[in-house]
Amino acid sequence: MSKPKVHHYEYDVVIVGAGGAGMRAAIEAGPHAKTAVISKLFPTRSHTGAAQGGMAAALGNVEEDSWEWHTFDTVKGGDYLVDQDAAEILAKESVQAVIDLENMGLPFNRTPEGKIDQRRFGGHTRDHGKAPVRRSCYAADRTGHMILQTLYQNCVKLGIEFYNEFYVLDLVMTKVDGQERPSAVVAYELATGELHVFQGKSIIFATGGFGKIFKTTSNAHTLTGDGVGIIWRKGLPLEDMEFYQFHPTGLAGLGILLSEAARGEGGILRNASGERFMERYAPTIKDLAPRDMVARAMANEVREGRGAGPNKDYVLLDLTHLPPEVIDEKLPDITEFARTYLGVEPYTEPVPVFPTAHYAMGGIPTNVQAEVLRDNDTVVPGLYAAGECACVSVHGANRLGTNSLLDINVFGKRAGVAAVEYAKTAKHVPVPANAADEVVSMIEKVRKSKGNEKVAVLRKELQETMDKNAQVYRTEESLNEALNDIASLRARYENISVQDKGERFNTDLLEAIELGFLLDLAEVLALTSRERRESRGAHLREDFLARDDEKFMVHSMAYLTDKPAKKPGDNIKVGWKPVIVTNYQPMERKY
Amino acid sequence: MATAVATKGTEFEQMGAVPTFQVTLFVRRFNPEDGQEARWEDFDVQVHGTDRVLDALHKIKWEMDGSLTFRRSCAHGVCGSDAMRINGRNRLACKTLIKDLDITQPIYVEPIKGLNVEKDLVVDMNPFYQAYRDINPFLIASDKPEKERLQSAEQHSKFEDTTKCILCAACTTSCPVFWTDGQYFGPAAIVNAHRFIFDSRDEGAELRIDILNDKEGVWRCRTTFNCTEACPRGIEVTKAIAEVKQAILRGKP
Repeated sequence: MSKPKVHHYEYDVVIVGAGGAGMRAAIEAGPHAKTAVISKLFPTRSHTGAAQGGMAAALGNVEEDSWEWHTFDTVKGGDYLVDQDAAEILAKESVQAVIDLENMGLPFNRTPEGKIDQRRFGGHTRDHGKAPVRRSCYAADRTGHMILQTLYQNCVKLGIEFYNEFYVLDLVMTKVDGQERPSAVVAYELATGELHVFQGKSIIFATGGFGKIFKTTSNAHTLTGDGVGIIWRKGLPLEDMEFYQFHPTGLAGLGILLSEAARGEGGILRNASGERFMERYAPTIKDLAPRDMVARAMANEVREGRGAGPNKDYVLLDLTHLPPEVIDEKLPDITEFARTYLGVEPYTEPVPVFPTAHYAMGGIPTNVQAEVLRDNDTVVPGLYAAGECACVSVHGANRLGTNSLLDINVFGKRAGVAAVEYAKTAKHVPVPANAADEVVSMIEKVRKSKGNEKVAVLRKELQETMDKNAQVYRTEESLNEALNDIASLRARYENISVQDKGERFNTDLLEAIELGFLLDLAEVLALTSRERRESRGAHLREDFLARDDEKFMVHSMAYLTDKPAKKPGDNIKVGWKPVIVTNYQPMERKY
Repeated sequence: MATAVATKGTEFEQMGAVPTFQVTLFVRRFNPEDGQEARWEDFDVQVHGTDRVLDALHKIKWEMDGSLTFRRSCAHGVCGSDAMRINGRNRLACKTLIKDLDITQPIYVEPIKGLNVEKDLVVDMNPFYQAYRDINPFLIASDKPEKERLQSAEQHSKFEDTTKCILCAACTTSCPVFWTDGQYFGPAAIVNAHRFIFDSRDEGAELRIDILNDKEGVWRCRTTFNCTEACPRGIEVTKAIAEVKQAILRGKP
């Protein structure tokens, strides 16, 4: 097979990923700089579109609210691992972010006065925890869909250039004055198998999450962490990778998301005997406790034998007391999921649910300007990240529902603005002639390999060990088991082969490459989880049940080193980074 | 197999005991690289009670033939990637439960019609996206409000149905007019025009109405209702097209 054809382009701003964060950045960058958006999917296929419940903003349209309360809730919800300066920006800029979207055309649900309506959501409270507050702005239970559509529509309006079904597989770093600087990204075109080198003064990663390291997940098949994995392979750090959110209400056995809005609108979780068990775990706000607490409570009910169903392995989400017209108006999509996929009628029957891997709190470390960091404080000039792939950190150890649609809008916009500012004065970093070589060899290695291992088998085994050993409950032992399994999967990965050797739409080949990223990220997650010997937010260590603020009120920063791994994970160095505290000292987290 | 009408008491028991059964899929294969004509290829697949057609396709791809090619992403009917023709009807593979099909017969899976086939179940979506972009699918408003524009629940309800569109092309590629005349804007583009024409905040209705009053516009619609039946989001597509026709006849709504 001949070497693939390589094309070259020059842009001011190159954005990788066309979900909410990428397109929000494009809307800022497009009118002021020559901008390209590169995405493995057509933009409206991005997983932002699967978000349901809403976007938090202290508009105060239906009851008193303030950005300061929102900041506090975000910090407390994140179990005090949130950088408080970043949370303050998130909460303060939320109001403008919602108004921006409305002005762009987003069809929010409305109050009787015609203003944007708001509803309750987990962990969002009035006056520092006194009672749930109505802060989530929403469009039925398809808020993410409407955000994604609205942002794409505005990109069409602005004539933003998209390269769709282009898989970015590498970031080119060029040595300038002894320092590695980003100069371009290399993309593989699905339709043709040809390669494209996009040189950019500013490069924004907005590539989303990597839920496919787990078996039970709300995430799309395409969420394989390519962007985060690329950054990792460049030797840049990843922050707080041990913090992965399990959303309480996935459809049992399937993992398909049922929005927290179901509980925001009054839905109740019950165990097999019909008990409203959250009253025992969070007496004040009950079913509207933050996701980590609810997910853990559900897992505990099942573990202690109070689960429902023939195998007692799920709990029930009860909406039967809600009037059908409320369900139809406020929760139409998720109730249809229950009907379609489980054959359950939510008007009259409780819906079987269990936690599902949902969201990475950690990722590519950035400052509040969305600039990527190469260590605890040094910026990589010209490189930005926003959205789920990034870690600012506004979510700390546990993200509050509705704060991710907010995050992509606030920090997507900031990334776009910062990238344009930088591109105004910066020069292009030269791209080496052989810029595409690494991707060429990555692809040709997979295409030519004649091994006997199958990608789907390895991926399944990875997902199974992650579900078993690195999910809601973790111990030193389980995490070591995960690391050992990953190490052996990695060895077998060297021996994979793909059946499709062609160049057109070779998704067989791309699944193999995606598995490589999944293996990398699963390993970082398992290792940082092992090194954090405490329980905080979504990270529960059964062998270290307490939160340990003295040792661990710090972000983890994992680096890939050249050191050969004698034991699994040895080649990863874990450092720590202080949490930025402004107004809120850590307190016991009760709801 | 337990169905949605099972009585409440036995529902969960039956759900736990999901049966496994064997089905045959006939999949339409085509790859310009291999020099062969388009053809049907059959696969026997073991599936579970909650499996969807997408799961069966994945089983084929992951266990039998890695070269089988199709688009998919979210796998629960919101991203719009996997519209295909299943037993002669346009559906999303991830939203079609196998147990709901007649499993005593083979299941036929082929690409949606009216767009060029690139490989197996993958079609060239570009003409479809272009028709969407051609109707100016964005809010056109001259005011610069400081806060949100007001809109009543009633005004919102006039276009809410058409905001649900996920651009999967199931409607457009089920339309006999589109099959014979690829220049026709097609239902999805009209649905998205409707979404803005009937939005009280929008000022671009006349522009869109002008575009759709063209010879390749709404008047090509023969009201066969294929589009409404095909829509996986339950949008009343034919009704939306009729409302756009009305808007053209009566002027701006």
